[in-house]
Amino acid sequence: MGKNYETVIGLEVHVELATKTKIFCGCSTAFGGEPNSHTCPVCTGMPGSLPVLNRQVLEYAIAVGLATNCEITRDAKFDRKNYFYPDNPQNYQISQLYLPICRNGKVEIETKKGKKYVGIHEIHMEEDAGKLIHDEREDCSLVDYNRSGVPLLEIVSEPDMRDAEEVIACLETLRMLIQYLGASDCKMQEGSMRADVNLSVREAGAKEFGTRTETKNLNSFRAIMHVIEHETQRQIDLLEEGREVVQETRRWDDNKGYSYAMRSKEDARDYRYFPDPDLMPVHVSEEMLEEIRAKQPEFRAERIERYRREFDIPAYDIGILTETKQMADLFEETTALCGQPKKVSNWLMGETLRLLKERNEDPEDIRFSPKHLAKLISLVDAKEITGSVAKDVFVKMFEEDIDPEAYAEEQGLKTVNDESALRRTVERVLTENPQSVADYKGGRQKAIGFLVGQTMRAMKGKADPGLVNRMLKELLG
Amino acid sequence: MSILDYAAAELSRKIKEGKHTAIEAMEAVFERIGEKEEEYRCYITADRESALIRAAVVQRKIEAGELCGPLAGVPVAVKDNLCTKGVPTSCASRILANFVPPYSATAVENLEKAGAVMIGKTNMDEFAMGSTTETSFYGVTKNPVDPGRVPGGSSGGSAAAVALAECFMALGSDTGGSIRQPASYCGVVGLKPTYGMVSRYGLVAYASSLDQIGPITKNVEDAAYLLEAVASYDEKDSTSAPDAERDFAEALTEDVKGMRIGIPRDYFGEGLDAEVRKVVLAAAETLRAAGAFVEEFDLGMVKYAVPAYYTIATAEASSNLERFDGIKYGYRTGDFEGLHNMYKKTRSEGFGEEVKRRIMLGSFVLSSGYYDAFYLKALRTKALIKKAFDEAFAEFDLILGPVAPSTAPKLGESLSDPLKMYLGDIYTIAVNLAGLPGISVPCGKDKNGLPIGMQLIGDCFAEKKLIRAAYTYEKRKAGADAWAKIMRRS
Repeated sequence: MGKNYETVIGLEVHVELATKTKIFCGCSTAFGGEPNSHTCPVCTGMPGSLPVLNRQVLEYAIAVGLATNCEITRDAKFDRKNYFYPDNPQNYQISQLYLPICRNGKVEIETKKGKKYVGIHEIHMEEDAGKLIHDEREDCSLVDYNRSGVPLLEIVSEPDMRDAEEVIACLETLRMLIQYLGASDCKMQEGSMRADVNLSVREAGAKEFGTRTETKNLNSFRAIMHVIEHETQRQIDLLEEGREVVQETRRWDDNKGYSYAMRSKEDARDYRYFPDPDLMPVHVSEEMLEEIRAKQPEFRAERIERYRREFDIPAYDIGILTETKQMADLFEETTALCGQPKKVSNWLMGETLRLLKERNEDPEDIRFSPKHLAKLISLVDAKEITGSVAKDVFVKMFEEDIDPEAYAEEQGLKTVNDESALRRTVERVLTENPQSVADYKGGRQKAIGFLVGQTMRAMKGKADPGLVNRMLKELLG
Repeated sequence: MSILDYAAAELSRKIKEGKHTAIEAMEAVFERIGEKEEEYRCYITADRESALIRAAVVQRKIEAGELCGPLAGVPVAVKDNLCTKGVPTSCASRILANFVPPYSATAVENLEKAGAVMIGKTNMDEFAMGSTTETSFYGVTKNPVDPGRVPGGSSGGSAAAVALAECFMALGSDTGGSIRQPASYCGVVGLKPTYGMVSRYGLVAYASSLDQIGPITKNVEDAAYLLEAVASYDEKDSTSAPDAERDFAEALTEDVKGMRIGIPRDYFGEGLDAEVRKVVLAAAETLRAAGAFVEEFDLGMVKYAVPAYYTIATAEASSNLERFDGIKYGYRTGDFEGLHNMYKKTRSEGFGEEVKRRIMLGSFVLSSGYYDAFYLKALRTKALIKKAFDEAFAEFDLILGPVAPSTAPKLGESLSDPLKMYLGDIYTIAVNLAGLPGISVPCGKDKNGLPIGMQLIGDCFAEKKLIRAAYTYEKRKAGADAWAKIMRRS
């Protein structure tokens, strides 16, 4: 009792690629659509149909491989993984076993303990399966092949992670690399990124790995953290009881919060992998590799470094702004137009993130243009509109990408700089609020705040609060 | 002389000249089918009415000058493993009974573009697995020369239909000899093109790395035209060759002077019927007399071809045939308990014996623990066989040998001993393993009057040399036969 255990974790991450068409045919990958409307003889496994590789899939796979420091296999092959299931129209999945496109890479992750590398064992290309729909009332099952043939990357890590924090950091790093590449949107909640967790425990200091289990198809960080916690404890309990961990595949029930065994190693399927004779070996030429290398974007780590040098904004802001390429690009483009990085950052980190969260949207859903945000900032700077009006204009801009200047003009939202009109309003507010005036004169400085508020309200926010303040003080003597 | 006596290109010329119509030709074909089908069973599907409509459409286009190719208006038979839009495609299997493809194979589309008119779909060994056309779910095709014998296989329906004039030309497919061997048994011409020459899109796969579609015709000229019509680079088939020469009709010249023809000693050893040997060697003499340089040599690797083939072909087949599961199309068992039981019953009832044997064999050689010992070793053997041919083609333009060890066996003789049947493929399958083109040309008969075929094998994409030699041989032999007839009479 009381032994110290170490958890050893490896990941298999499935990422749905953002190609317009499927991996082996020209059908659309668009989400939704009537069942079986995005299908053809190839992705429904019709007799005599043949697969043809979508080059974009190969390019994305290579780009992700380069971003994760992998060796690119110059003569890769596709293999068939044979198993019967109705969602798999050919009853084999075209995948890569023997010569995957990328091997021996690594990614740097950062946790509270500091930085470390996680090895990437391999990355391979494969096709997704269709979807079974069980009709309880009719007591039958139907199959929709719209997803059949959607391209996937499977990224297999080395067993280099030791706790949930490292696992999440690794997934975040992969997600950001892939999003920066535009290869996938990596949305776990929508299933475009999902992970299998391979986990074993061993006594601290042991050289050999313990027996591992694989928990499949996890689609949230929360589920992954729970699985790591539960599975670690389950395995330690077994070992403490003097029992053995069985090598098996497990499934996590997110609703009930526990995992159960699906199948053990003994009844593991024999997939009878062999090279797909319908597809030629994939040759990656030096030119192709160079072309893809040249197109690689600046990734997050490099951007963080550059932002530190170029922009006078807090490290905290840089961290958040660079989390997605969309946000970082928006920040840079807007700053280039208005030259005020901190103000741009405030709009993005404040109002933009708030509205996204409220609407349950992601940075890639942002519709407003850098040009309009820059203009909004300069309107406030020039005191053409007040800060509170600007927030209202921004909401409109966020929704419809309107030109803030034209909109403020049309809606009559511009600040009133006509001093005589303002003076009339201030005078009226003073006569209407004798108690506050008395309070102020009696030494309660705070009372002026109420009077400013009343004036702003009467001006429908279109006055410069500084000016109102000055004028009040002047009139109150 | 009946219209049915014309060869395909000859018929097309008559139609274009206005002496006959595509409709007349089609009517004659169906009259012939009416006379012969009950006994010979060349077709699985042949619908007179729709065929006549197709013929009428083509005839109009010929008259309008829209179709003027060398095969315009010619009725053609298509093997039942080629997908034909709206026309049942069964692969002679119960499991695809009533399957009507929503699309046509590229080769079939190419036929249509050339103005050939489809008659129907020909009988075959189930999923092209067999050498006799006896494994069809839809009955046995009989040999046109002797109905007590097999027509060969797996394209037996196509070869017999050509020989019986139930069509003017036909498409077959060849994975291990399935065009050349039935052509040899039925006394017609059969050409297996280089792998990648004809698109496989829409050909229901048996062994993807070996399958090729090719012509079965009355003579070499028709074979050249039909191959030219169906061959194309096709983006839908990743294994299709982009830059191959495909102007085969140009090779229809009588000229073999200086051509170097190798005769592999290993093809004339033990197991070869003495009569076949004599007739094939006589054919070589004919080519020598025409100016070719003919020499014996040792090819090597011959005895490894059969085991390598049956390992690779069955492995691929076991995977290719997984899609026939009762879920999406074709046959589904009547009653079942759950998914697994449905799969099991559907496939047990839907596939025939020979197909099941090959699926089992192929599943075994791919199983974990056996993959290296069988499948990988077979792939290495395949590479060595290709190397042996490469060395031969460094010396020779063409290789000449028999197509099959004997003439057509009696019905029922072969299936009782599958191993012996597999060994009958010894001269044809190495060609598929090496991806080479090969042609079977009639070169004589045995004492029972059964046809014997000579096989010419070319290097990859050397179809034109193959056609030139075969054409020259055919002309010389016809001349010699006519002379012999005159001599016998006098």
